[in-house]
Amino acid sequence: MSEVLRLEGIRKSYGVTPVLRGIDLTVNRHEVIAVIGASGSGKSTLLRTINLLETIDDGQIWLADAAGTLEDISDPRAKADAIRARIGFVFQHLNLFPHLSVLDNVTLASRAVLRVPRATAEATGLELLDRIGLADKARAFPDQLSGGQQQRAAIVRAVATNPALLLLDEITSALDPELVGGVLELVRELGAEGATIVMATHEMAFAREVASRVVFLDQGVIVEQGTPAQVFGAPRQDRTREFLSRFMS
Amino acid sequence: MSDETAWQPSSIELGRRAVRRSRGMRSILIGLGSTLLFAAIVWITVVNTPGWSAVQKAFFDPETFVESIPLVAKGFLLNLRVLGYSVVSVAILGMLLAFLRTLRGPVFFPLRALATGYTDLFRGTPLIIVLYLVGFGIPALQGRTGSVIPAEILGTIAITLTYSAYVSEVLRAGIESVHPSQRLAARSLGLSHAQSMRIVLIPQAIRRVTPALMNDFVSMQKDVGLISVLGAVDAVRAAQIIKAQSFNFTPYVVAGLLFVLLAIPTIRFTDWYTARLRAREQAGSIV
Repeated sequence: MSEVLRLEGIRKSYGVTPVLRGIDLTVNRHEVIAVIGASGSGKSTLLRTINLLETIDDGQIWLADAAGTLEDISDPRAKADAIRARIGFVFQHLNLFPHLSVLDNVTLASRAVLRVPRATAEATGLELLDRIGLADKARAFPDQLSGGQQQRAAIVRAVATNPALLLLDEITSALDPELVGGVLELVRELGAEGATIVMATHEMAFAREVASRVVFLDQGVIVEQGTPAQVFGAPRQDRTREFLSRFMS
Repeated sequence: MSDETAWQPSSIELGRRAVRRSRGMRSILIGLGSTLLFAAIVWITVVNTPGWSAVQKAFFDPETFVESIPLVAKGFLLNLRVLGYSVVSVAILGMLLAFLRTLRGPVFFPLRALATGYTDLFRGTPLIIVLYLVGFGIPALQGRTGSVIPAEILGTIAITLTYSAYVSEVLRAGIESVHPSQRLAARSLGLSHAQSMRIVLIPQAIRRVTPALMNDFVSMQKDVGLISVLGAVDAVRAAQIIKAQSFNFTPYVVAGLLFVLLAIPTIRFTDWYTARLRAREQAGSIV
């Protein structure tokens, strides 16, 4: 198993409030990792630090390059824009750019960052949109799509550049319940196809079914991690048990 | 579907429509009536003032009106040229200033400070003073040797200095009004700061501030009339010349009408353009 991402001793605080207090985590290729935890436990911050959208206070972040060699991306000299292009990121909401068509949204990173010719990028983009049943909406604007369609378009936009790692930050939290299923189904498919995914989620049933590993985060530290069966079925830590019982009830 | 074609409005609905129609008709009649009444009152009041006949002769003399059109219109072409140059230079300089003010990080502090100082200075200085300083200061720098810089160039410089300060503030407000998640989404795709600005933030910002920008454009359209203080024979100066010969103020009315005629299409276009953008993006739902 080759490592895609390695976090060592990540610390981050906002002002005097510590959010991450020493996170160590290794992510291997084809793993689907579900990060669970209460609101404010640091899930979103963790994902943002991996994508270099936040600067960390201490620790190191290593990301595998195309050859599989780990590179320290927390080094300020690292090329942040090029690194972000190797990581797909989907936010809770407001992902798509409202002034660009759906197709332009999906192809933007390929065209502007990877300098793929428009025709090639659009062919790939249409394929991706076709896959999520939105080929006929390629020329539509994001506001003409439902929330679920927007999130699915945001996901294919994130994978359009073939990123080594996909980060999903509570992507169904802002959706109406009946729209959640389609979005999760797409994540399930991507996982089954071998994508490496780290997702912060409140969808426990989904995490249990799809994740290869579950990481429980509480007050900025990883309290427990393991297979879904172990973490959900037989949690070793009291804090995990407490969190899960609150969540399941 | 067959239901839909067979559907005929019920008698209740037909009754409601009749009520709405008659109410609409009544509103239109009341609006029309009150407007006519108000216009009539103003007209009668003005016409019955003791000095009306003298004013009519001095400001609305039909003969002078027709006679002054060619010269004033010729001068107006100069205003249009200055306006044309200024629009381009204000767009470039205003955008540059707005971009400088959005730069982050301590490295860019001097540039940010420069842009801030610039907008403070030129938003605070009356345009007419900038016109005097540029119009008489820059030629004076040449001493006695240099060639004469045309007044339209000097006027363009002065108007650009002042208006790019206003426009950059409008653009900056627009850029900052775009939701921060849009910037994050752009950066997360690997776009650089400049690319995020150019492709994602500025297009959204401009759409939002189009009415404000067009408002600045309209006020620029009439402020180009101030270049007459530099001695250029524009519409206002042409009117002044005719007035000096004929002792009649009607040429000013002619010049004023030309400026109004220029402004109206811009104003209507702005309304139409913003409505179209709204319709196309169904904006307002999330941004």
